[in-house]
Amino acid sequence: MRIQRPYANPYWCGAALGLVLLGAYALAGRGLGASGAFASGASALAGAASPEGAAANAYFAGYLASGGPANDWLVFEIFGVVIGGLASAWLSGRFRIAMDRGPAAAPRLRLAAAAAGGAIMGLGAVLARGCTSGQALTGGALLSLGSWLFMAALFVAGFAAAQMLKRLWR
Amino acid sequence: MSDSLLLAVLIGIAFGVALEQAGLGNAAKLTGQFYLTDFTVMKVMLSAILTAMLGAFWLGRFGLIDPAQVHVPETFLWPQIVGGMIFGVGFALAGLCPGTACVSASSGRLDGLAAIGGLFAGVLATGLAFPALAGFYGSGARGVVTLPATAGLPEGVVVLLVVLAALGVFRLIATREQEG
Repeated sequence: MRIQRPYANPYWCGAALGLVLLGAYALAGRGLGASGAFASGASALAGAASPEGAAANAYFAGYLASGGPANDWLVFEIFGVVIGGLASAWLSGRFRIAMDRGPAAAPRLRLAAAAAGGAIMGLGAVLARGCTSGQALTGGALLSLGSWLFMAALFVAGFAAAQMLKRLWR
Repeated sequence: MSDSLLLAVLIGIAFGVALEQAGLGNAAKLTGQFYLTDFTVMKVMLSAILTAMLGAFWLGRFGLIDPAQVHVPETFLWPQIVGGMIFGVGFALAGLCPGTACVSASSGRLDGLAAIGGLFAGVLATGLAFPALAGFYGSGARGVVTLPATAGLPEGVVVLLVVLAALGVFRLIATREQEG
């Protein structure tokens, strides 16, 4: 078994992430994203289940009109994120089948919270047209007003909600 | 696969490596930000924003990139404020955001996998309910609007203010970490 290495310096990781984002601006004319890949996948599923229904739905139709997941830039980018995360964890001896949870949170509670939190983020990301990647990082560094409002709202609500969710992590 | 999609995979790999190396595939570290016990999220996000913002600003100044060729997200005031608040509650509950959930899952974590499943279901359900949400979704439309345009300041001044604010936050974090 590989020796587990400690995490790298967060400031350097952030600077490296910023260079990746800058590279995306310069080479692809766009930034990073994550939730958009899920929107593309969900649109494909809706389209497969009911082509007429998806075509009549402005949200799904927008994603399907641009060619579906097999032609979606963000789907390929997220595929890369999965490979990068796996390779990085593996090479640093950190790949484990495991679960991160607070000492007082049973595994089933942790999984339920993760799934519920994911679903709530799905609603928020659709409304905001992006997530921490597509809005906060990408739009933030380009000084977009809406992206900064999104980021501020996210942290205010996140801090408030976390105070009521201490049982999960404390 | 087209060149553009191959580039997307390569950029994604680098994105995933940076997140994993910082420890942002680990929900316990991410939630530490909300309880002020771990400042990795703030350190990584702000250093990334500073680097990309300064890079885009100076490369644009020297004519090495054409800012008009970079897509700036459009502003929709109300859905982005309300969406941000809803997203923040989900983030605190899941302990992960969409990108970090992918890294959490790909580094072997089951909670990351659960968050991904929930996220997919949430996006699908919201899409199905979209006809009822469309009015709100399009509200507060302002087009592409930036902080410099909003504040009526030159871009360079706003860039400097963001740098100073981020350095102030880094200093606060360092003070707090020394106090332990």
